[in-house]
Amino acid sequence: MKDINFKEVLLKPIFKGNPVTVLVLGICSSLAVTVQMKGALVMALSVTIVTGLSSFVVSIIRNTIPNRIRIIVQLVVVALMVILVDQILKAYSYSISKSLSVYVGLIITNCIVMGRIEAYALGNKPIPSLLDGLANGAGYGLILIALAFIREILGSGTLFGFRIIPQCFYDAGYMDNGLIILPPMALILLGIIVWIQRSIQKDLQEK
Amino acid sequence: MNTNGNTYTVIYSVVLVVLVAAILAFVAMSLQDKQNENVKIETITKVLNAATQIDASITIDENTDVLEMYSEKIDKAFYVDGNGNIAGEMEMGKDNKNNIQVPSTADLKKQNDILKKIDAAKDEAGKAKLLESLRLPVFVFDINGQAVTVIPCYGAGLWGPIWGYIALAEDGKTIDGAIFDHKGETPGLGSKIAEPAFYIDRFKGKSLGSGETIFAVEKGKHDDNPNCVDAISGATITSKALGKGINLWAKYCMPYLEKAAVSGTGASCGQPADAAQIADSTATAADTCAAVLINQMEE
Repeated sequence: MKDINFKEVLLKPIFKGNPVTVLVLGICSSLAVTVQMKGALVMALSVTIVTGLSSFVVSIIRNTIPNRIRIIVQLVVVALMVILVDQILKAYSYSISKSLSVYVGLIITNCIVMGRIEAYALGNKPIPSLLDGLANGAGYGLILIALAFIREILGSGTLFGFRIIPQCFYDAGYMDNGLIILPPMALILLGIIVWIQRSIQKDLQEK
Repeated sequence: MNTNGNTYTVIYSVVLVVLVAAILAFVAMSLQDKQNENVKIETITKVLNAATQIDASITIDENTDVLEMYSEKIDKAFYVDGNGNIAGEMEMGKDNKNNIQVPSTADLKKQNDILKKIDAAKDEAGKAKLLESLRLPVFVFDINGQAVTVIPCYGAGLWGPIWGYIALAEDGKTIDGAIFDHKGETPGLGSKIAEPAFYIDRFKGKSLGSGETIFAVEKGKHDDNPNCVDAISGATITSKALGKGINLWAKYCMPYLEKAAVSGTGASCGQPADAAQIADSTATAADTCAAVLINQMEE
């Protein structure tokens, strides 16, 4: 049995192997739910929990899964987790569940979840798989929150719904940037983040 | 063990799916009551929020006991049919606040379907029967001695249903407050109908007109048109759907609202409205409606 470097498992997805900026997975939802901080934060948490738990469960049953239907089995496990998260949010955190609306259900289609199961959980023990899932969820969440921070300030002048840009700016002619609310601007912002990361981390640059 | 055989694969998938279904069914059933309670409290909060907007000293936040406040402020809660007659009562929770009855979004949808059928109905007999079968929920609150009537509205937004509550003054026309909600409109665009910056700032001081276009949500400034509010930029379909929803519901609540305003039954603690004044406002409203209609056609 090979040794697992837990520190590496936990830290790599946060920056060096970030699922959004390096693996370029989960782009769709990082464009869709990053208009406001609150939504982005809950989405980040939900994805982290779902990736962690699904990797964990799939890793437990990894040796029993028939190879030909393994994607379907993974999908069933992920769907189970997503619906559980959705139901629990609806029962105990109703207002947040409302603000995320359909996007909780759409975690099922987030490539990071399936990607981590395929790439890691199928070949590793449950505990490292759990950590790998959680860390990848966190790496995704970090990018989500960074995007939401920029978009909410520039697009609505607020953070978590509280006004940040004072009213006197608006009186003096300042206007919220309507373009940044739209998904294309999020893609451009994401591109800038990737650019910054690649200029820091030279080994990612193609020759 | 051979995990690639056909028998194994089939048995494996059947067992897995049954197991997952059982877990989900169990979770859904055990959380059902809690979820329904959340939805009910949310509806009560919305109704109460719309009704209390005339009094800025009343604030409703997460710590407010909305059930208590509702049972205290509610004066009458009932269903009206399309002819303006009261056709049933709702439990107001005066004795036990846990018994408060409010319509669910599913109830609103059911009534909305009947409303759409009535609007499309060709023969008079069928239409009369449908009008008879309508059960539109109406709430009358007593806010500091003022009677505030709250009517619901419902419509189909861009991605899903949108609904809300509109509070009307004793004349049954002036909008005292409004609140809207949606199932899944675009965050940051259509979802803005559920933000105070939209439903308070733009609706306050507006009023319901009469005729075919009682109310509209259209783009542009409408300072001089009391029956129209400015749409949300970037959310044309949601805005239009909201206008249509308000218009449809207000149209069929109108028979009751007019009766209540004239006889003062809706305003148990207020003055009967001046009939001449109502006639007057109807005339001007008809003019502005025509203007709105022309605008729509031009677009």
